[in-house]
Amino acid sequence: MAFGALAAQKGFSLAEAVAMTGFVYAGMAQFVAVQSWPDTLTPSSIAAVMLLTATVNVRFFLIGASLRPWLGTLPAWQVYPPLTISTDTGWLLATRYRDRGGADASYFLGGLIVTYFFWTVAAVPGYLLAERIANPKTFGIDLLVPAFFAAFLIPSWRGAQRAIPWVISGTVAAFVDWLTPGYWFIIAGAVAGSVSAAFLTEESANGR
Amino acid sequence: MAADLLRTDIMIAIAVMGLVTVAMRLSGFWLMGFVPVTPRVRRMLDALPGSIIAACVLPVVVSGGIVAALAVISATLSMWLTRNDFAAVLTGMGVAALARLAGLG
Repeated sequence: MAFGALAAQKGFSLAEAVAMTGFVYAGMAQFVAVQSWPDTLTPSSIAAVMLLTATVNVRFFLIGASLRPWLGTLPAWQVYPPLTISTDTGWLLATRYRDRGGADASYFLGGLIVTYFFWTVAAVPGYLLAERIANPKTFGIDLLVPAFFAAFLIPSWRGAQRAIPWVISGTVAAFVDWLTPGYWFIIAGAVAGSVSAAFLTEESANGR
Repeated sequence: MAADLLRTDIMIAIAVMGLVTVAMRLSGFWLMGFVPVTPRVRRMLDALPGSIIAACVLPVVVSGGIVAALAVISATLSMWLTRNDFAAVLTGMGVAALARLAGLG
């Protein structure tokens, strides 16, 4: 919805805004790309947008990797189609469901389809409301995703030992963000956190 | 701007973005199919979700200043108290809106 509002401010037509949501379907990448949308599209500016999209979305690469132990036993034709529309939100909800002991993979796959329709349709009222919400910051909309992410850490809390990789990841990410432009910090932090978990002692290993 | 509903160059750029995104989504899962899941790999994958979240949130807090920090902290607290992610997100956004209204950030 917030994306529709942003697209309207940047001079996209409603059909273009919905098309981007339907095809790209990656909230953060859409925001970043539209925010820095080039005035004229040349092959090189399209390449720049592509690179930007890739760096913002590298996390989907990691998300896919984290799903392997769960969905790896399913036949490929059941896994790959839903994966093409996987999202942060769907993934977070499904991961939590699984942490509670749920094992039904259709929860993840079905949830993705539902999320897809809501997200795409929600861009329309956002676009139409855009002139009223001149500045999304007034309503804290720009902090929606960080707030949702942070809240997710609570149910996945499993003792201080298991949180050490999170701290390492966040610290590395903040540092890389400060050092380099772009979105490499997500990758750097997540990889650092994950690798650090590999070297932690036994207590952290017996979680599951 | 409304004259052309779907401009060709923009649609090309959108298509390119879509393809890159889908490639990212599929390749992580696909590549991990070739890696045997030892206890160590297992630990790495288990730590991955929390690490991705921390890597996304903490830099936002650092660069977003006091308002971002307040929003994230209040959302986390709200989640801890209510165990309801919808309430948590609303709390975080509400606190951010109030903080900005009060002239912070």
